[in-house]
Amino acid sequence: MRGENEIRAILEGVLARSKADQAEVLYLGKDSHLTRFANSTIHQNVSESNAEVRVRAVLGKRVGVASTNDLSPAGLDKVAEAAVTVARFQPEQPDFESLPAPLPIQTVQGYSEATAAYTPEDRAKGVGIICRRAQEAKLSASGAFTTEVTELAVANSLGVRAYHPATEAHLVTVVMSENSSGYGESQAWDVSSFNIEELGDNAVKRAIISKNPTTIEPGRYTVILEEYAVAEIVHYLSYMGFGALAVQEGQSFLTGKLGQVIGDPRITIVDDGSNPLGLPRPFDYEGMPKQRVEIILAGIARAVVYDSYTARKEGKTSTGHALPSPNAMGPYAMNLFMTPGSDDKRAMIRSIDRGLWVTRFHYVNPLDRRKAILTGMTRDGTFKIENGEITDPVKNLRFTQSMLEALNQVEKVGRTAKLVDGARVPALVVRDFNFTGVTEF
Amino acid sequence: MKDLANRALNLAQVKGASYGDIRIIRKQDQMVAVKNGEVAGLVQDEELGFGVRVIVNGAWGFASSSLVTPAEIDRVTALAVQIARASALVKTKDVQLGPAMSHRATYRTAVETDPFSVSLEDKLALLMAADAEMRRVPGVRVARGSMECIREAQTFASTEGSYIEQEIIETGAGIEALAVGEGEVQKRSYPNSFGRHQATRGYELVRELDLPGHAGRIAEQAVALLTAPQCPSAVTTLILDGTQLGLQVHESCGHPIELDRVFGSEASYAGTSFLTPDKLGNFRYGSEVVNITADATIPGGLGSFGYDDEGVPAQRTPIIDHGLFVGYLTSRETAAELGQVSNGTMRADGWNRIPIIRMTNINLEPGNWEFDDLIADTDEGIYMETNKSWSIDDKRLNFQFGTEIAWGIKDGKLGQMYKNATYTGITPEFWGACDAVCGSKHWKLWGTANCGKGQPGQTAHVGHGTAPARFRHVRTGIVR
Repeated sequence: MRGENEIRAILEGVLARSKADQAEVLYLGKDSHLTRFANSTIHQNVSESNAEVRVRAVLGKRVGVASTNDLSPAGLDKVAEAAVTVARFQPEQPDFESLPAPLPIQTVQGYSEATAAYTPEDRAKGVGIICRRAQEAKLSASGAFTTEVTELAVANSLGVRAYHPATEAHLVTVVMSENSSGYGESQAWDVSSFNIEELGDNAVKRAIISKNPTTIEPGRYTVILEEYAVAEIVHYLSYMGFGALAVQEGQSFLTGKLGQVIGDPRITIVDDGSNPLGLPRPFDYEGMPKQRVEIILAGIARAVVYDSYTARKEGKTSTGHALPSPNAMGPYAMNLFMTPGSDDKRAMIRSIDRGLWVTRFHYVNPLDRRKAILTGMTRDGTFKIENGEITDPVKNLRFTQSMLEALNQVEKVGRTAKLVDGARVPALVVRDFNFTGVTEF
Repeated sequence: MKDLANRALNLAQVKGASYGDIRIIRKQDQMVAVKNGEVAGLVQDEELGFGVRVIVNGAWGFASSSLVTPAEIDRVTALAVQIARASALVKTKDVQLGPAMSHRATYRTAVETDPFSVSLEDKLALLMAADAEMRRVPGVRVARGSMECIREAQTFASTEGSYIEQEIIETGAGIEALAVGEGEVQKRSYPNSFGRHQATRGYELVRELDLPGHAGRIAEQAVALLTAPQCPSAVTTLILDGTQLGLQVHESCGHPIELDRVFGSEASYAGTSFLTPDKLGNFRYGSEVVNITADATIPGGLGSFGYDDEGVPAQRTPIIDHGLFVGYLTSRETAAELGQVSNGTMRADGWNRIPIIRMTNINLEPGNWEFDDLIADTDEGIYMETNKSWSIDDKRLNFQFGTEIAWGIKDGKLGQMYKNATYTGITPEFWGACDAVCGSKHWKLWGTANCGKGQPGQTAHVGHGTAPARFRHVRTGIVR
């Protein structure tokens, strides 16, 4: 970790070197450590230290980008010059007006000394707990335990100066028998919030009760989707349609639907980069403050997220959701929160006469972005529910489902939420979820 | 580089490593993208770094850094050893690499025209010409084109005495047209989806592709798809073009033959494999006409190289022989578990990633059919072209693919165009129902530059040689 002063000196040095009309420098630093295990053995254990400087040079309406991880004076000279050279080759971009001017950025806590100081031995100890629990149950554990420190900084020649250090800890395990598996996942910026014993125990229990699954016919079922499955849906909704560029190009499922009811009134999804219950990031890759954006409020599509380019096209201001320039995706919502409801999981199960419990999904992909149709498989614990009780484990199924339809078919919303891959979401009960195939395990 | 490599390897041994290797990599990446007549991106990236991999107390450790100095080499090597000692706290057996391996060699991708020697103006002019052709077609909302050139120079050295220098050059290009209708979007790509087709070739590849010459056709097809009927729901005969078949091979053969997956290394992330070791040599994966090889030696393949990232020479290996499953993709460690020697498929996505088993060029070998004869021989069915979506379960059995476009086949002729085409199946049943593969004239080596695997995530560049092929009794039209 370099720290704010050293990084600021690097950025100021690049700005001073740049011969562009306007210049922006993005610093992405990472010290990342990952311990991976399979067959109850650590089989990959890696560490990475990297820092990259990305320069965006503006010459009138021409924009060029160059990047390097050579942060020596010679390397910084070269990248500053390369960005200008690239810009010179460009035809003018009629829609480009300016890099963004500075706006106040609030300080957000997302850094934990405990996470930063976590050692390979600490990660091995955590992994060891899960592997022992699995071995005691004659099961096999696999997974990955990551701890990392990142530093994000942005400076531009119009006065933007932004710096944010962050930590992240992420522990995932799949515990397996011959014909079953159970899953557990914890994510936080403070590793000391992890309860590794509980995570391991839950995955072991799930692997035991999902043994010897039977085949169930595909069709429409009421499902309880655990938080892992809901988070995957929310991520794909963001990917397919929460960004302004997708709406402007007519590719988003929200195109023409802003202001309209698109889901059950209990569905609210916001993007909030300053909420410490997620993985907070107070500004985007242009150094613009992240605003809290209510994307879906009580079932009504309210807004999408913007970067400075897409905002200017509509005469708006950026909501602080730019990705590193250039990118084909446009602005991106990555600090997502689905508001919890009032139902506990037992009550959610009891409400289902005939349905399925889905732990998580695998290999999800969009089939139709305008209709928000996704396909994917269930994984790591799928169970039959009959008369309000979980009965038998079933073999995994393929779903092919419009998520816009699913948002309208929500029956229950869990009262607690879990952070999964950066999105904090509750479990949901959804009726008529469409399963179109089965597999052999 | 040699001094830095020796410094790391000596220090690793002094600190107790029974094996060590280092890769020092410098990579240049130039990406040019246009969209609707404007330059959407023009980026030049450069990166340098090294990674040290060691075995200590029978367990693996790996550390990497972007700072290539003697002091950092020392720090990172010591960290790799510390990490390996921590790994040894949770192990059930010691790592065995099999026979020691020592190669001193150099390898460089053969190119006719170095893609970095072509001016940015020329690259932009070509993409802009294709972009203009697409936008000439009424109804096209978004026209995109992109080009990428990569040069990666790697030094590999090991405590077993290997010292290998390689330079891999890649070039890729592609275009796509989007048409937006009432509540729907249709897309056509050329020559492949995922942005572009890529190969270990020079700029001659871009010239051969003739992007402007194909731009009008795909733009017209994208617009026509808006009013085309939905792909029918049926159980029917399916013919796939080479690009879609490449992804079918990738997902339903390439991944399940990765021996690290088979042994569970990817269990918590990408999944495992139905092709368990008891099936080697006796499992019928497909019909008699299905022959699949892994070939890292084929010139121009996106998965071609001289040596893998463990220093094992590139090889050609039979995988499926007349329908019978006969071989895996292996590493030194996994091959040793089967009493074999590595067939050289360990590759890392850069200096900051550990090598894992990756596809090389996984090729469906050509058959004997002419494409026109294949269509003429089909009474009823659907012909699908160019991938749009993909999904497969975590043992690689149940898959579902969508393609950008399809046409009905009736009485031996291509007819009605269909949109939103999808098909689904179970891997061995699907390949078992393959009854015809087109010949060498129709066989092309496609590049897939977005193969994801591993944690932390790694993106591999792999190849798939395919010609159109026919499959019987396939379920189509899942999305209505």
